[in-house]
Amino acid sequence: MLAAGSSVLGFPILTSLIIVPVVGAVLVLALNGRRPDAVRFTALIASVITGGLSVWLLTSFDTADDGFQFVSKHTWIDSWGISWHLGVDGISLFLVVLTGVLFPLVIAGVDPHHDAKPYLAWLLFLQAGVMGSFMSLDLFLFFVFFEIVLVPMYFLIGGWGYDDRVRAATKFFLYTMAGSAFMLVGTIATVLLARNDLGKVTFDLVELAEGSNFAASTGRWLFFAFAVAFAVKVPVFPLHTWLPDAHTQAPTAGSVILAGVLLKLGTYGLLRFGLYLFPEAAVWSRPLFLTLGVIGILYGAIVATMQKDLKRLVAYSSVAHLGFIVLGTFAITSQAIGGGVLQMINHGVSTGALFLLVGMIYERRHTRQISELRGLQHVAPIFAGVFTLVMLSSIGVPGLNGFVGEFLILIGAFASARWWAVVAAVGVILAALYLLWAYQRVFHGEPDDANRSFPELKLREAMVLAPFAVAIVFCGIYPKPMLDRIQPSVDRLVTHVEARTDFIEPEPLVVVPANPETHHETEDGGHEG
Amino acid sequence: MSTVLAQTFQGPEVAWFSLSPLLVLVTGGTLLLVVAALTPSWPRGLYALVSAVTAGTAGAMSMVLWDDVTDEGPRTLVGGSLALDHFALFSTIAICVAVLLASLTTDDHLRREGGQGPEVYGLYLLAAAGGVVMVAATDLIVVFLGLETLSIAMYVLAASHRTRLDSKEAGLKYFVLGGFSSAFFLYGVAMIYGSTGSTRLAEITDVLASEVTVTGGSDAMLLAGIALLLVGLGFKVSAVPFHVWTPDVYQGAPSPVTGFMAAAGKVAAFAALLRILMTSLGSRFDDWRPVIWALAVATLVVGSILAAVQTDLKRMLAYSSISHAGFILVGVEAAGHLTGDDPGRGISSALLYTMLYGVLASGSFAVVGLVSRRGETLTDVGSLRGLSRERPALAVAFTILLLAQAGVPLTSGFIAKFGVIQAAVGERSYAVAIVAMLAAVVAAFVYLRIMIAMWITEPEPGDADREPVRVPLATGVALVAAVAFTLVVGIMPSWLIDASREVVGLATG
Repeated sequence: MLAAGSSVLGFPILTSLIIVPVVGAVLVLALNGRRPDAVRFTALIASVITGGLSVWLLTSFDTADDGFQFVSKHTWIDSWGISWHLGVDGISLFLVVLTGVLFPLVIAGVDPHHDAKPYLAWLLFLQAGVMGSFMSLDLFLFFVFFEIVLVPMYFLIGGWGYDDRVRAATKFFLYTMAGSAFMLVGTIATVLLARNDLGKVTFDLVELAEGSNFAASTGRWLFFAFAVAFAVKVPVFPLHTWLPDAHTQAPTAGSVILAGVLLKLGTYGLLRFGLYLFPEAAVWSRPLFLTLGVIGILYGAIVATMQKDLKRLVAYSSVAHLGFIVLGTFAITSQAIGGGVLQMINHGVSTGALFLLVGMIYERRHTRQISELRGLQHVAPIFAGVFTLVMLSSIGVPGLNGFVGEFLILIGAFASARWWAVVAAVGVILAALYLLWAYQRVFHGEPDDANRSFPELKLREAMVLAPFAVAIVFCGIYPKPMLDRIQPSVDRLVTHVEARTDFIEPEPLVVVPANPETHHETEDGGHEG
Repeated sequence: MSTVLAQTFQGPEVAWFSLSPLLVLVTGGTLLLVVAALTPSWPRGLYALVSAVTAGTAGAMSMVLWDDVTDEGPRTLVGGSLALDHFALFSTIAICVAVLLASLTTDDHLRREGGQGPEVYGLYLLAAAGGVVMVAATDLIVVFLGLETLSIAMYVLAASHRTRLDSKEAGLKYFVLGGFSSAFFLYGVAMIYGSTGSTRLAEITDVLASEVTVTGGSDAMLLAGIALLLVGLGFKVSAVPFHVWTPDVYQGAPSPVTGFMAAAGKVAAFAALLRILMTSLGSRFDDWRPVIWALAVATLVVGSILAAVQTDLKRMLAYSSISHAGFILVGVEAAGHLTGDDPGRGISSALLYTMLYGVLASGSFAVVGLVSRRGETLTDVGSLRGLSRERPALAVAFTILLLAQAGVPLTSGFIAKFGVIQAAVGERSYAVAIVAMLAAVVAAFVYLRIMIAMWITEPEPGDADREPVRVPLATGVALVAAVAFTLVVGIMPSWLIDASREVVGLATG
């Protein structure tokens, strides 16, 4: 079953997803910096090929298979039991696709203004690192990618960010590294302690998750060693303080990538290396993480309301959105986790687009202060229209993608963590409050002199934003193709947790289309079509 | 009486070939010092070339002997005073690499600073010979011989810059404090001899195993001896609280010499420490392991935190080298669990760390030597401002070396750190592992600051007046080699890890 996926393509597609951007980055560095167009074109081609490969991956993905597909496994460091082990399942599939698609859009849509060569090379290295993190099925390999991602991001923030970029970049690097410090010790301890169960030293995630049987207290310590690293990355309240600074100071491309995919490393990690590897500990720590998730939702929303800087507002909205994902993850019902995975993608799309739009406002006005912007709707109606669409998606208005994820999380959590879900629902209202209020201040009213010459959306900008808009509307109206791919793997994860703990998933309150019968029908239909 | 002695004395059998790395180094060093002193000045770069070739030959001989040991097993030489095992050969190769890199960088350095001559190279080789004796010694007195040969050469090397006063000061400080530490070490040897009746590591092991000590059941003298021994070696590896000389000496000594000190000095001292602790004092691991634990934690914490507050590039790297020593001590601590899971993991990871760090330190200090400009006047971190525009390749090389020191994956530094942490966690020393990783985060701040200065800080008025940074050929070669090694080991570490696993079979004389 595992090998089936790779034989379909007969081509190491997952490895290519990492190699292509690396090769692109090396080529970019090798080119003459005095020809910025050639540099840019090379970078774009490399990222487009990666994006194309990820889309090919999506189309070749076997919906019926709930395990890891396209698996590629080679021995790397034999004496330490480490292998180059990549694979994709429904949980990581769309994150890989999002990573594949987001980078070319960012490269095409955002100007670095100076030193294009290293900027593009760092972006491509970053793409390779993020890809690797989402596909790694080996604890060591995952750690390598998880940690290596810091370097390009650090240089992107530090080199191309705004005034306070050095402090923000350093803070970002050290916070995340402090988190990973625990994870490294936890990783090694996991592997060495699981040796008795497995009879060998291996960093293979699947073998560890299926074969290990930690004592409850051991598992909890190990879980927390991992969870700290992910909680910093997500970020979970109260470890979120690096995020507003990093987001605000990062260049637009950095913010888009940071919000779009980098934060997902945390939530993805909680699923893959938290719930899957340490089910008992994850179930045990549910109240803590549910509470922190809900606090994140409310806190992020309230602080976002108070922001004067548009970009900082969007940054805090991320804290709130990711709170929802944490809530969904630790509700541990199929619906809530499925909604959480969907929401990871939705947040990547809508917040990524919001950061692009805020970046465009900054390009035009050289300010992000809400108080200095006014009446943009009059001078740039199309721009305002796109902003409205993206904003409504971020709020979670029905018919757009944000609603689907949040709704699934809330009904899923309502079944297993009722009161947390009730409180979290307030966050939906708060999201409407801070975003609509910001919109009102920035776009409504009469433009003053400074804002009267605000240019309308350019063609290039429109072309970059179009895929975001399409994704927002499509996933809002017809999320079924996504859920069909996500849900089998999520169900498998929940079954895995149930089999290893005394946790029993409550009956879903609302039956969503992804139940087994309809699932198979569509699958057949899909193949015929 | 004397005739009786003369009749009964029989010189030990000497396996000359097995000693070849040591002999090559001594010959090269003596040749440079004696022959070169008697002949007119040699052509440019020839001194350095002889030194590099000597070190390369010694390293190559060690590799030849490596297979020999693989086939015939570890053994002792010269009447049981030197060991021929993978442990010694691994360390010897690390020392030879340090000499090689130092020779390449020193040539350009001396050419810039003036004072071209054979002395520095001769001293490198003799120091290396001392180091090679230290890593192989199976007798405490022989360890001391090696230690003194290494140290005395180092004192002179530290003071070898002819015009900088700081260099003289460094040499004197190092000499006075180093003399003290040697005295501590020697006193420790005396006490151990007093309590066990031998200085041979193997005999000490036997005596301690039989629990019949000369002092009749009291451990006090033995414990005092172990403590003094640890003080002496702790000084050499610059473990806190015996580290105070390190920043001053590292700052004052010429940069290539500093790199050599950090590389070869650490390898030799750690190898000697490991061999003494593991072979002779193995049965008393319960006594010394807590001391190593405390030293490791103190070294990690103090080294990292003090590194973070420095503004001088050389002092930053000096404190970071202290922090690295703390990491290596984590490996030693893991090796101290002799009844544990796999103490060999601690030995091999600690030794691997010293080798990998040696290359990083040599490379980093070579860069510092270049950017400090003529007279080594600009050692402030600001001397790096604008380097990314002026010399992008040099900036990239330094960045890779710094990221490796920070322990970023896909570099040798990560493999080194992973190894010791794995050893510590394997012996359930979770606390020290966590402390080490958090110290690495603090230390990362230092490397980030250096990188910020190189890549991000805007140029200041007056920067244009500074002498441009030049990268001479030999130094460039050394840097390329160091960076390539860093990346290759980071990406494909299997061969080196497997080799380091073999050092566990220590020769017992």
